[in-house]
Amino acid sequence: MAFLTLQGISKRYGDFTAIEQLDLAVERGELLALLGPSGCGKTTTLQMVAGFVTPTTGRILLDGRDITQERPEKRGVGVVFQSYALFPHMTVAGNVGFGLEMRKVKRKERDERVAEALSLVRLNGLGHRYPKELSGGQRQRVAIARAIAMQPELLLLDEPMSNLDAKLREEMHIELRAIQKRLGITTILVTHDQVEAMTMSDRIAVMHRGAIAQLSTPYDAYERPATPFASTFLGRTNAFPGEVLRRNPRCAEVAVAGTTLHVPHEGRQVDGSVNVYIRPEKVHLANGDARVRGRIATRVFVGNQWLLEVETELGKLRVAQPNLGAPPPEEGHEVGLAWTDDDLRVLTQDDRESAHGHA
Amino acid sequence: MATLEDGRPGAAPWLLSGPALLLFVGLLLVPLLLTLMLSFRVFSDTAGVTSAYTLTNYWEVVSDPYYGTIFLRTAGLAFAVTLLSIVLGVPETIVLARMKRPWQSLCLLIVLGPLLISVVVRTLGWQILLGNNGVLNNLLQSLHITSEPIRLVFTMTGMIIALTHVLVPFMVMSVWATMQKLDPQVEWAGRSLGGSPFAVFRRVVLPQIMPGVLSGSIIVFALSASAFATPALIGGRRLKVVATAAYDEFLGTLNWPLGASIAVLLLIANVAIVMGCSRLAERRFRHIFD
Amino acid sequence: MKQNGILGLVYNAFFLTFIIAPLAAVMLVAFTDKGYISMPFDGASLRWFRAILENDDIVSAFWLSVRLAFASATIGVVLAVPAALAIARYRFPGRAALTSFFLSPMMIPAVVLGIAFLRFLSLLHLSGSFWSLVCAHVIIVLPYALRLALSSAVGLDRDAERAALSCGASRFTAFRRVVLPMIRTGVAGGWVLSFIQSFDELTMTIFVATPGTTTLPVAMYNQIAQTIDPLVASVSAVLIVGTVLLMILLDRMVGLDRILIGEAR
Repeated sequence: MAFLTLQGISKRYGDFTAIEQLDLAVERGELLALLGPSGCGKTTTLQMVAGFVTPTTGRILLDGRDITQERPEKRGVGVVFQSYALFPHMTVAGNVGFGLEMRKVKRKERDERVAEALSLVRLNGLGHRYPKELSGGQRQRVAIARAIAMQPELLLLDEPMSNLDAKLREEMHIELRAIQKRLGITTILVTHDQVEAMTMSDRIAVMHRGAIAQLSTPYDAYERPATPFASTFLGRTNAFPGEVLRRNPRCAEVAVAGTTLHVPHEGRQVDGSVNVYIRPEKVHLANGDARVRGRIATRVFVGNQWLLEVETELGKLRVAQPNLGAPPPEEGHEVGLAWTDDDLRVLTQDDRESAHGHA
Repeated sequence: MATLEDGRPGAAPWLLSGPALLLFVGLLLVPLLLTLMLSFRVFSDTAGVTSAYTLTNYWEVVSDPYYGTIFLRTAGLAFAVTLLSIVLGVPETIVLARMKRPWQSLCLLIVLGPLLISVVVRTLGWQILLGNNGVLNNLLQSLHITSEPIRLVFTMTGMIIALTHVLVPFMVMSVWATMQKLDPQVEWAGRSLGGSPFAVFRRVVLPQIMPGVLSGSIIVFALSASAFATPALIGGRRLKVVATAAYDEFLGTLNWPLGASIAVLLLIANVAIVMGCSRLAERRFRHIFD
Repeated sequence: MKQNGILGLVYNAFFLTFIIAPLAAVMLVAFTDKGYISMPFDGASLRWFRAILENDDIVSAFWLSVRLAFASATIGVVLAVPAALAIARYRFPGRAALTSFFLSPMMIPAVVLGIAFLRFLSLLHLSGSFWSLVCAHVIIVLPYALRLALSSAVGLDRDAERAALSCGASRFTAFRRVVLPMIRTGVAGGWVLSFIQSFDELTMTIFVATPGTTTLPVAMYNQIAQTIDPLVASVSAVLIVGTVLLMILLDRMVGLDRILIGEAR
């Protein structure tokens, strides 16, 4: 029995549908990421779980309890807001202890638990400061400490890293995940940053236009995207339109720009107009056994890898080569490219069909 | 965003602000100084303002119980009006802040608009409403709440009501400005931590708007302590306040030095209260806001 | 944000009624057909509006107020705009003190200002002059014009001006063609607000006004202090309507909440 269940959740504002028939089960102790671009409905979903927004239809069950109509203050759900939303007129200790105060925890115990929470986020000794006197990173930790101090059953993180600079963000990904694992709190992370989602979560729910396009582990979400949207949203990819010629037991023969590619279909009922995908890192420069030849149009160095755009008969192919050994040839040179067919993916061009066509 | 000029400013800023500065020095600073000097002059019933200097004017104001009553009444009026403005104005501002457009803009316009209408008009309205034959009395009598008209004109109560009406928009303005700076997510944070709507209001929202309430109170207090028209028209001859007393001396008795000393005391009191309370408020709330 | 419950809306209605009540009372009384203050429910007429036109004192006081407000607002803006630009764009010693000085009339009780001007003008034997009254009003309205001009000037994008300079425009041309248009609405709003403040001014003007230079508020005050007859009510009604129209104009131009709450310090 899942710890948190969303059944048939939808949210409509007049004519506008923000969420359409959402079903989701979150296991106890897992960190699930709701990943998607702005407007996909991930924040609305979080707000419904927190109780700030009432669903139009559907039920929300927390540990077996129906909390759909329950008021936010009764739910025992900790929230970390995007802007942190610290109480500016209270000290750090006051902020962190607020949830405990609301539960009428006695002062002595409260102080102990506040100190515990602060040391967990490595802010020991800053209890007497005011939010205004802290840096952005410190404020974020206070927000986290405040949410977990009351030992909530569920933790909701609403794009908590978006206001941090890149370096700090990377560090916090690891740290926050460690805290979550240590406390074992079931957590939902809302983010548009796919690196963040992949780094921190046990499972990712890729959301698109008010519905879940794919729900799987980070690896599966990246390696086996279920919809065109998921393919292009997570990481970079190459996409080529084609027509299915024949469907074999394991792979499909797809005509792409004059050649035929054998693409594993993984049980999908692909037919007619499709897209064939391959990730840039799965394509490498080759000489002898090149599958296709082309001219390097752009070459960019980003530190840990080289990104190339190669004009081939298939179309413009993006290639990512790790920065090991010699740099690739310069722009204008002719090169051969190769890949393993197992790394190819195929999906019907229509988003919705693909999702339903998945076996 | 505007950035300040680099390097030395030279004469430019002084040239630009020169005309205004000259006018202010000549027509503000000088008259105020002259008034100060006037307050030290001797006044005699026969010769008018003489050229002798004395402190008797101040002494008279400070020691004479007549003026003592006036100062006390003015202070009492100011306190009452400030308190009433808080009680009436703060809830209204909170309600306004939670409204949706376009209602919000409309209501804000109605509340703040009267500031652009002359105080004579507003006070006339209260005279009509509060008179013995006025609307309020007629209403109360027709509802059989009272059998005789209540005297409201020429009373302290009437003055307080009318002055509150004139000044409560300033309270609303001040609290509104503070509320605009609040992060709405902070309220939700309070709720998610287990606070009922009332607890969140009391512990999270109210403390944050305190600075606005305070600065509004300072403005309302200062303005009601120096109010003239409303006390003159609603209070009448028998309920003098500082401003009307000064008027009496100047345009009634023609004892200009005495009037000037009242004015100087009023100015000092005003500045002292405003600056003193502002400084206190700043120190108290320094850690909260930028 | 939390929505308003029924309690909030009821309170709001009560509060708005409180605010409007005296103004509504005045407007109603203006339409009475009786010769004394009464409600027009048992007889309405426009006689008191016609009476305005027949009352020379009121009419001349009205025109004086208009001319006075026009002059004060214009001079106020002409003085305030350069000062605002100076304060907004240059960092010079005394900048904060200068700003406070220019804004100080708002903190000085109107009574004190009235007395000070009265003393000053009588010493110079300039009491009955229209232009001395204008000067006094300029002092009163300049803070309002300055505040609005300041908030416009502070929000100005200097880069636009620098772009003009890099295209070869002289400093003056850049000012005239780039800066001035950008602060135009703030300045115009400042003018309208100054006009209204000067027109409405009562307390200070009472001290400085003479029989030859009586403004409309002072004339009305004098009337009310003696007896109240519906004439003041009809004049007030006209003023209310006029102000509402100006308010709408102001709102279109600059946005009323920005003016009334103000920004730059």
